Amino acid sequence: MTLLDAPAVATAPAPLAPAARLLPALAAVYRAQLARAKVSRIPLLFVATFQSVGILVMMRGVVDPGDNPSAHAVVAGSAVLVVAFVALNLLAQYFGKLRATGGLDHYATLPVPPASVVLGTAAAYASFTVPGVFVTAGTGSWMFELPVARLWILLAVIPLSGAALAGLGAALGLLAPRQELATLAGQLGMSAALLLGVLPASRLPEPVQWLRDLLPSSYGVDAFALTFAPHPDWARVLIDLGVCAAVGLVSLTLATWAYRRAAR
Amino acid sequence: MSKAPQSCCTVSGLVKTYRTGGTEVRANDGIDLVVHRGEVFGLLGPNGAGKSTLVRQLTGLLRPDAGSVELLGHDVVRHPERAARLLGYLGQESTALDELTVALAAETTGRLRGLSRAAARARTAEVITELGLEPLAHRPLAKLSGGQRRLACFAAVLIGERPLLVLDEPTTGMDPVARRAVWSAVDRRRAEHGTTVLLVTHNVIEAETVLDRVAVIDAGKVIACDTPGGLKALVDGHVRLDLVWRTDAPLGVPAVAALADRAERTGRRWTLRTTPDEARELVAAVTTGPAFAALDDFTLATPTLEDAYLRLGGRTGGLAR
Repeated sequence: MTLLDAPAVATAPAPLAPAARLLPALAAVYRAQLARAKVSRIPLLFVATFQSVGILVMMRGVVDPGDNPSAHAVVAGSAVLVVAFVALNLLAQYFGKLRATGGLDHYATLPVPPASVVLGTAAAYASFTVPGVFVTAGTGSWMFELPVARLWILLAVIPLSGAALAGLGAALGLLAPRQELATLAGQLGMSAALLLGVLPASRLPEPVQWLRDLLPSSYGVDAFALTFAPHPDWARVLIDLGVCAAVGLVSLTLATWAYRRAAR
Repeated sequence: MSKAPQSCCTVSGLVKTYRTGGTEVRANDGIDLVVHRGEVFGLLGPNGAGKSTLVRQLTGLLRPDAGSVELLGHDVVRHPERAARLLGYLGQESTALDELTVALAAETTGRLRGLSRAAARARTAEVITELGLEPLAHRPLAKLSGGQRRLACFAAVLIGERPLLVLDEPTTGMDPVARRAVWSAVDRRRAEHGTTVLLVTHNVIEAETVLDRVAVIDAGKVIACDTPGGLKALVDGHVRLDLVWRTDAPLGVPAVAALADRAERTGRRWTLRTTPDEARELVAAVTTGPAFAALDDFTLATPTLEDAYLRLGGRTGGLAR
């Protein structure tokens, strides 16, 4: 009998290597995702911005410039559309692809909290939208003769609507049974944000307004649009941003749950 | 007095069934295995034999229908999340890392294995040098060749020491230099840390050279488990004769006609497993006269693990893709 044939003996459990903690792991995922953008996302970020600027140009033909609800809605809707394009549509596609190709196995065999992967990726996708949103909002304000003094509100609108839309995008990508369905869901979500976001809510038929109320990006659009008024109703702005934050919390929790489900 | 080897991985009665398109496929059909600490243990078998399904259950990615998996004293069926803290896994896909540079892919993986940023960075630099990846360190994985990408993913597996490495076809597409880098890195970790390696492979030559023991998997079952030498002893006393004809086999030659039914034919290649004496006579017969004129090439070789697999009753025609 050789050594290798001898029966193996059971021993005390080996010590477990430490698991990664939530925040450092989240930071590592975020940093890696930002680096990915350099390689592959930049063309798509341009597309997101061009699309929104194109809509501004188109709408300028039918909407009067100056202080009126339609002009506010067009500029705010186009700017938030960049967030919907990237955080909802592209993120749904990314997670759909990762799931379909077995890429989630990489994370599932590392000792990381699921929330760090989902939140780190969602935060990165929301960050990708910052330049495009500011370019769109600045161009729109100039074209529609709106004040630029309160564009700082975008620093709240981007992360909060970003959280809501990225959570939704991640959940769609992770829950879709097939990669094509994840892509389809992301595209439909973005189309909804486009169609329901850029037109002033008061002009829409009532059933369409209900649909608009269901879409998380609408609250980001409304919060931003309100700040173009000479005397903004800050209480309503806060309420709209609060809705974004609440939807963000729910959708990111859902996405984390979807990730756990997909990775096991 | 020899010391009994300690178990690193013990699998018993493992069953996993898939349902695809209404039919039930039993990918693992009662698998029992013991991998000892510090050995390089191979899972050898044709495509679809159930090797990857087995590995996915060992790494906690898949829950078995029945049976148990114990890794270094931990029950990973009950606690699948512990697997990530015990092993480093190289899967077949790299999509999670594809758009990162080699250095960042390795560093991020190290961070996600719980290393501090400084430690992950230091280990990444060491491993990149060890594997000769410096010229590629700042290129994205997606822009590399298949073998280079595999080596980069292997680098990521090595950041953050683990007592067990599970490598699913690690050297696919690699050139000889990269293969050598992989096996030197594995040897170094065995010598320094007593690392155990579980290797999934199709590659018979590699299996014979690097494995301490090998389990041959066929149709979801372990049909043999021994050292490569032990398995080849099953076909001892036999040799393999390959004859490649230029066009059609010269069936007019009696010696060739007699082989027609016995040879395993793939295109113009005939393969025979026989005794050395008969092989010598056959070589003499086909290297003269009209048979020689029709012969393009022939090889006479000692048996490989592939021959052992066929002798064991493997259901597919061989191990190669």
